[in-house]
Amino acid sequence: MGIGTLVGMLVAALVVIGMLATQEAYSLFLPGLLQGAVLTIEIALLGSLLAIVMGVLAALARMYGPAPLRWLATVYVEIFRGTSALVQLFWLFFVLPQFGVTLDAFLVAVLALGLNVGAYGSEVVRGAIQSVARGQWEAATALNMSRAQMLRRIILPQAFVAMIPPWGNLFIELLKSTALVSLITLSDLAFKAQQMNQNTFKTIPIFTLVLLIYLAMSLVLTIGMRLLERRASLGLARGRAA
Amino acid sequence: MIEQPMVRFENVSKRYGSLTVLDGLDLEIKRGEKVSIIGPSGSGKTTVLRMLMTLETINDGVIWVEGEPLTHMQRNGKLVPADINHIRKIRAKIGMVFQSFNLFPHMTAMANCIEAPITVLGMKRADAEARAADLLEMVGLGQKKGHYPSQLSGGQQQRVAIARALAMRPKIMLFDEVTSALDPELVGEVLEVIRKLGREHDLTMFMVTHQMGFAKEFSDRVCFFHAGKICEQGPPKELFGAPKNERTQQFLRAVLEAG
Amino acid sequence: MIWDWAFAFEILPVLGRAAIVTIEATLLGFVIAALLGLVLAVVRIAVPWTGWTISVLIELIRSTPLLIQIFFLYFVLPKFGVVLDAFTAGVFAIGIHYAAYCSEVYRAGFDNIHRGQWEAAIALNLSSWTTFKDIIIPQAIPPIVPALGNYLVALFKETPLLSAIAVLELMQTAKIIGSETFRYTEPMTLVGLFFLAMSLVSAALIRSLEGVLNRRTMR
Repeated sequence: MGIGTLVGMLVAALVVIGMLATQEAYSLFLPGLLQGAVLTIEIALLGSLLAIVMGVLAALARMYGPAPLRWLATVYVEIFRGTSALVQLFWLFFVLPQFGVTLDAFLVAVLALGLNVGAYGSEVVRGAIQSVARGQWEAATALNMSRAQMLRRIILPQAFVAMIPPWGNLFIELLKSTALVSLITLSDLAFKAQQMNQNTFKTIPIFTLVLLIYLAMSLVLTIGMRLLERRASLGLARGRAA
Repeated sequence: MIEQPMVRFENVSKRYGSLTVLDGLDLEIKRGEKVSIIGPSGSGKTTVLRMLMTLETINDGVIWVEGEPLTHMQRNGKLVPADINHIRKIRAKIGMVFQSFNLFPHMTAMANCIEAPITVLGMKRADAEARAADLLEMVGLGQKKGHYPSQLSGGQQQRVAIARALAMRPKIMLFDEVTSALDPELVGEVLEVIRKLGREHDLTMFMVTHQMGFAKEFSDRVCFFHAGKICEQGPPKELFGAPKNERTQQFLRAVLEAG
Repeated sequence: MIWDWAFAFEILPVLGRAAIVTIEATLLGFVIAALLGLVLAVVRIAVPWTGWTISVLIELIRSTPLLIQIFFLYFVLPKFGVVLDAFTAGVFAIGIHYAAYCSEVYRAGFDNIHRGQWEAAIALNLSSWTTFKDIIIPQAIPPIVPALGNYLVALFKETPLLSAIAVLELMQTAKIIGSETFRYTEPMTLVGLFFLAMSLVSAALIRSLEGVLNRRTMR
């Protein structure tokens, strides 16, 4: 879908939210929902950061680490890709305390989502590194660079561009997954919706607004990643067409 | 003291599974010597350069550079496979230019030429830039410093690649079919740069080439490879003028007929 | 004691029954996803003016959380007089959500069919129904089976969301056991292991399927 259509959808979503906000049946809920949305955004941002860190570390460990590290990274990736995000969230929230480790629900949310998406991200990083032409490694070897120098200066900058679209999809998945944290008592957007629904039974206005707010957040993210992709590929292949 | 050869292959073999690519290669290259390898494709020519650049491991034998083993190191009087630090120490003497240029696409011509001098040799940026500017001038690209590889023609890219390799001050330069990926009209400008290098610098040069005319005019010695072995070697006048080996004769005849 | 084997064995039959619900939900949800996805992809090609609408619809579905969509179907439909039990509402929500993803897979499959195939069908004066049924779909589906398989596994891993509307699938059952006995370690871990085992097995199956398909197309 073109970036123009996406921007059009975003504007439409915001206009509809604005119009609904003029009606009392809707405006009643908007402040509370937006409050929840702030927590959603916080968790999504911190979770994404953790996911990037874990994705890069796990990919590098699996590709270049010594055997024990490689093994550890593989176990991490398989476990977090093989079980579902909600299972991981509940496990950290309900089971970890039985081992004497009680984490704050917010921390559990960031950890579970970040680790989950990071496991998928490691595959993205790995694929992108492998997509860099072999000749680039060979040229760097011929220039006598160390493994770390090759990765940092030659390979990762080129892999970066290939990573942006799949990471964009993962960030969207993570943003949507934040709704799960409502099930471990955090009052994010989904939690506020449920709570208001139980208190007022105004189901249609509440869920319409919630869907629109999530839509707007996803679209902002998608558009942002598209712009980043455009800039990065311009930087990599300045005048490739020339 | 007897002068050590610049490079010595001692009984070097390379196998991929059951396929033997190189079979007990012995070859010495003197300091400043210009050696060309010719031969049919699949004869293992490129593998020789790639092994010397440590892009391929070897299965048997030892490669020596200026009297020191490249692929091995001395420990308790014995030769054991080299670790990465040893390899990097010896490898610093060798530079390579590839058939497909392999310039870093995210860096300008200048950045390509200063990257390794700064990160590997620890040169100051200003010094690295001054040297890179001289080298780019030397290969005739003084005006293209700020261009990205994608904005340069194949011939220009290959000349940047030569400057990039020279920026590391190697003693040995390897040229792996450096004109094979070029459009015919761009071959000349690259060969001209290599000729100039040969005239003006005291480099040891070792190349795989399909340009018979260039090999004949430029080299001190030509090696004809066939099926993983050197079939015949000698000064270009002799090898091209009066080849002794039947396979060499066949090959040269076929190449001449093709034009 | 951190792990109680006796307790773990005691709850295993209960979890086993719940696992059947999970698998039922997975299969039913995927049938909806696969069929509805195919319909969306075919309609988009067969009736060109719907293309934009369907794109926007798919974007809407993919941009909002499945959990909210489950709530939406479960709580909002009754307001229009459609009362679904939790299982049905949940399965439909999951199926519709993944239909959006599957339709993109089908679309990629159709895009990979050479233009000449469409032109040959026109030249033979086949109806568009016959063209799809006999020419396009048989060629387009096999290469995308692994991609659909991956979505089947992804869908399977989302079924624990049904616990949010109290469907008695694995996760909800584990939570109930946990809240009744104050032991979460065994039920939650067993649920995790079940998902892990199923995912690893399916991943291996999909890989071998890919191998078979690759060999077929290499021919």
